[in-house]
Amino acid sequence: MDNKDTFILGGKEFKSRFILGSGKYSMELIKAAVENAGAEIITLAVRRTNTKKNENILDYIPDNVTLLPNTSGARDAKEAVRIARMSRELGCGDFVKIEIMRDSKYLLPDNAETIKATEILAGEGFVVLPYMYPDIYAARSLVDAGAAAVMPLASPIGSNKGLATKDFIQILIDEIDIPVIIDAGIGKPSQACEAMEMGAAAIMANTAIATAGDIPVMAGAFKSAIEAGRNAYLAGLGRVLERGASASDPLTGFLRD
Amino acid sequence: MAQNQFFVDSDKLSSSALEHKHLIENNPSARTNHMEYLEGMEKISSDIMDKVLGEAGRFDYNKYNAEDVKRAINNETCSIEDFKALLSPAAKPFLEEMAQRAKAETSKHFGNTVYIFTPLYIANFCENYCIYCGFNCYNDINRKKLDMQEIEHEMKIIADSGIEEILMLTGESRSQSNIEYIGEACKLSRKYFRNTGLEIYPVNSDEYKYLHECGADYVTVFQETYDADKYETLHLTGHKRVFPYRFDAQERAIIGGMRGVGISALLGLADFRKDALATALHAYYLQRKYPHVEYSLSCPRLRPIINNDKINPLDIREKELCQVLCAYRIFLPYVGITISSREQKHFRDGIVKIAATKISAGVSTGIGDHESKYNGLEDENTGDEQFEISDSRSFDEMYNDMASEGLQPVLNDYVYV
Repeated sequence: MDNKDTFILGGKEFKSRFILGSGKYSMELIKAAVENAGAEIITLAVRRTNTKKNENILDYIPDNVTLLPNTSGARDAKEAVRIARMSRELGCGDFVKIEIMRDSKYLLPDNAETIKATEILAGEGFVVLPYMYPDIYAARSLVDAGAAAVMPLASPIGSNKGLATKDFIQILIDEIDIPVIIDAGIGKPSQACEAMEMGAAAIMANTAIATAGDIPVMAGAFKSAIEAGRNAYLAGLGRVLERGASASDPLTGFLRD
Repeated sequence: MAQNQFFVDSDKLSSSALEHKHLIENNPSARTNHMEYLEGMEKISSDIMDKVLGEAGRFDYNKYNAEDVKRAINNETCSIEDFKALLSPAAKPFLEEMAQRAKAETSKHFGNTVYIFTPLYIANFCENYCIYCGFNCYNDINRKKLDMQEIEHEMKIIADSGIEEILMLTGESRSQSNIEYIGEACKLSRKYFRNTGLEIYPVNSDEYKYLHECGADYVTVFQETYDADKYETLHLTGHKRVFPYRFDAQERAIIGGMRGVGISALLGLADFRKDALATALHAYYLQRKYPHVEYSLSCPRLRPIINNDKINPLDIREKELCQVLCAYRIFLPYVGITISSREQKHFRDGIVKIAATKISAGVSTGIGDHESKYNGLEDENTGDEQFEISDSRSFDEMYNDMASEGLQPVLNDYVYV
């Protein structure tokens, strides 16, 4: 891949477009994500920062990796803001992924509360990455509120359904000027590749790698898929392929002036 | 009056106490109306109890066949009818298939995580007479209520072991363990733990609000049985006798601002299939009304006694318990399921790989005895235990056992906000 194709988020440059999600943590997974998938950003659930005395998740994460703490567990903007501030106090840096769920069954993000939290935290200097349902109005409001990127879900968390919201994500990619990072529901490298071909800026995944038979090999597969998708996007997919069949002779060939 | 065969008379009871005990045991008309609220009990507007009891009452589990069960296992979303089929006797030959589906649902929603916590009994005074319980008010046991210094001492020992989440329990005595006492204990708990749950007598919503502000985030109340007629014969006196006030406790806790609530029947007290249906529906209807709240189910059971098959064909053995737990998981894939230390190691280790998501470790059901149990220091001045546990693994043992089973032990998933 062209070295100049860097991914800029919150003023930081990243080469990798793979972000490790926070659902299932283990030493092996973090190692594979960094070494095999090339992850430079790793998500961290603030509410689960320490799992055992002398075994803090923070200790597992290499220094050159940017931490992306999330506010999972928050049920409204107020709680998300408190968790974000807590994370900054814990030394987790200025990046924050806002997750606000008011539904314990489907864990779908609450866009309205997310917009409120984004506005407050962006105002406090956080690099805000909101997890959202791919709705164009909400995405525009998030841009206005100061989000550094938007993170639409591909399908409900844990559903393994891939790009169920594909058409709506495409609208965000087409219409929003900040990076669109695909979060939740990416179950296979092929789906990650497809999202990157569409113009997504990066992919966040966890379960797909964490539950694979061979974690390092799957991490490597995601790396290749994301790079392939990104290259395809940069190369410019044939519009013929994108929008359907067309005649080989130009339809407008008869025009004289 | 002659001693009857089910009830135990302590020789320390006064003659008038004994007389009252025998009266309520033997004469149902001497008992209060269990469906009537007592003074001071808050009545909320809710139709959930009627819905749950209606469904459970109408549940004819013998009408389901193998086809119903297969459909229920394969349907993408499990309807109430599907759930009933999974609880039916017809599902018994499909236990392995149910376990496979349950495991898939558990890993979708919880990954391979298993939460570890420990209970902390701070008192065992009780004003209820529940005929099956060791803490009941007529039982001659060592009663104890820890003071704040003793509570803090217990908490330090537990926290030092590495545990980050506790479930605080009192016996059900409002006069001995009042709200302020429990509130102060919650404030202490906030210092030592990341998450505090309560299993106390049901209270009003403003009291739940107070306890939440003191640091409690989770409230568990066991309904014991959802068969109100059976309930009446088991809970002979005390505030616990009031069935609807207990039923609505979780909803009042939610109104009071608690983050999550736990629900359970003690399977085996009545028809376990109906009680399992009611337990899950209780969570289901609450979730529809309060979608932001976290729900969890527990699954204690009365163990069958040897050669009891003929006396009680509705005994709940490990296979039936596993069937119930798989059915819970398939019907409510998003709820937490806690597995009691009443169960043995082999069952607990097996079921956390299928359906359960939370397991207790370093358990003592006695009062003030963590020092002796954790560090081997003897102390005579402790309160008696509520029940004997079947899995005495320490926190470290449990952590290592879970990790070696390929699970990821999680000690805490909360921030108090």
